[in-house]
Amino acid sequence: MSETTDTDLTILVLDENPVRSAILESGLKEAGFSEVIILSEPLGLVDQIYKVDPDVVLIDLENPSRDMLEQMFQVSRAVRRPIAMFVDQADKMSIERAIEAGVSAYIVDGLKKERVKPILDMTMSRFRAFDRLQRELDEAKTALEERKVIDRAKGILMSRKNLSEADAYAQLRRSAMMQNRKIYDVALSLISAAELLE
Amino acid sequence: MATLKSLHVGLIPLVDAAPLVIARELGFATQEGLSLHLHKEVSWANIRDKVNVGHIDCAHMLAPMPLAATLGIGHIQAKTIAPLTLSLNGNAITVSKALHLQMLDADQSNTLKGGRAAGQALAKVVRLRQKKGDPQISFGTVYPFSCHNYELRDWLAGAGLNPDDDVNLVILPPSLMTESLQAGQIDGFVAGEPWNSVAVERAEACILATKRELWGLAPEKVLGVRAGWADQHLDELQALIRAIVYAGQWLDQSANRVQAAEILSRSEYLNVPTDIIVRALTSALIRQPGQTPGDDRGFVIFSREGASQPSTTYAAWLLTQMARWGQLTGDIDIVGLAQTVFSSDLYATALQVDAPIPNKVDDAVRAAARFDVTNVSSYLKTVTISSDPDVLQQLAVAQPR
Repeated sequence: MSETTDTDLTILVLDENPVRSAILESGLKEAGFSEVIILSEPLGLVDQIYKVDPDVVLIDLENPSRDMLEQMFQVSRAVRRPIAMFVDQADKMSIERAIEAGVSAYIVDGLKKERVKPILDMTMSRFRAFDRLQRELDEAKTALEERKVIDRAKGILMSRKNLSEADAYAQLRRSAMMQNRKIYDVALSLISAAELLE
Repeated sequence: MATLKSLHVGLIPLVDAAPLVIARELGFATQEGLSLHLHKEVSWANIRDKVNVGHIDCAHMLAPMPLAATLGIGHIQAKTIAPLTLSLNGNAITVSKALHLQMLDADQSNTLKGGRAAGQALAKVVRLRQKKGDPQISFGTVYPFSCHNYELRDWLAGAGLNPDDDVNLVILPPSLMTESLQAGQIDGFVAGEPWNSVAVERAEACILATKRELWGLAPEKVLGVRAGWADQHLDELQALIRAIVYAGQWLDQSANRVQAAEILSRSEYLNVPTDIIVRALTSALIRQPGQTPGDDRGFVIFSREGASQPSTTYAAWLLTQMARWGQLTGDIDIVGLAQTVFSSDLYATALQVDAPIPNKVDDAVRAAARFDVTNVSSYLKTVTISSDPDVLQQLAVAQPR
């Protein structure tokens, strides 16, 4: 197995998420796979796949076009190169790992498993990295949102009770502790109560 | 009250997922001591893989899927059982307005008759287009191992068409059928509801024939369970079977069907307007834009007519179709396999009925497909259109007498 033959492989990525597919594409290119093609439009996919004629197809599990790909397993006169599942009978572990990462892979029949393994490993690690990124982004958004709410509640206390910012915050925290609730929840109640009293 | 046991069940957003949704939403699962978690999936391949690796405990499956999984065709081998039928009928063949007009032109009376007769009209259009050198007609189905695929192929073959040569068959997600019709990528499709009604509504399509018209009574979706999981969770599985059967009985009281449509239309399930979903559920399909609702009694059945009991006759017919259309080779014992995968044992134990139970669905399938489970060989000999006649001949020889 030589480097040049491996990087010759044409890899098709079917992913409706442009950020994730860009992350995957850059990973594959860094690893030396230059023929990486990304498709996101589900209409007319079969024709496009025939045109690209890939050796490996990577598809995200939330993509409804997966069932269409499965048709290509079937021996059919229309398919020039039948596509097979990446895994063989002994490979339940790798399906499991791929599903956990949210991706599935298909290869052209006859392609050796060892040649595909680095591609799948790369895909899974990029998918997981994307998940982490997404989670962190969501958490950051939530944190920002919570801070805004708490700031507003502080502002209400400051103007209604003539408190300093530090005292307003201390009062919120005390209420939260006494009621065994989060500061954010107390702040939300305070804002809605204040709105009722407007 | 004892704590509820959690079960995770996968489903595809379709009208015939109703028994699972109702079992959860109206408390039938809770009554059986289960906390039912439903997982909406986007593809049948996901359903298969997630059941295989145990991410979900069992799932809403196309009836051929447990057979394909048990045989290891199309994917790795994973012994899977279908201990319960979730629904009968519920599919339809829908064509674009343009194709419908061509069919009316070619053969008005057969087109209007619908059902198998409509296939004759389609055959005339196909032959006409072949003569003129026009592009082939394309039909979409939802999955290689689906009732839709075999039923469409059988309908085409019944009209003298070879599904591999005379038309172009593609797989598409049901949610894309309407767009693909509009874009001219397909001329027709077979799918479950609500997707036929959606195409009538949004693409001026025409519902040509329903599975009820073609089959009378035939299974469609089943509860698919990995055999290994079933062995280790017999109590939960039987409780689930009861919960689904009771949900099916509730669903088959016509007074409840509008409420069922409202529940299914929610965004966590089908996310399609109630007024479209209700057509299938109240057996009142609107076949073309502007038409009045028809009388489609029995369009989709969940419980009556002994619907829930697995049908080995239908399973055996499905296996012969897999062989007929080149998905299955070798010398398998069709009836033996059908009896293992579609065994009624768990159903009988869960509901405490004495087996053998007379099976009305088996009788209906036998009549509709002219398929006798006690003599599969002779059925195989009558099949004239297939992907490979040699395979059928081998299979006929391999059947035990």
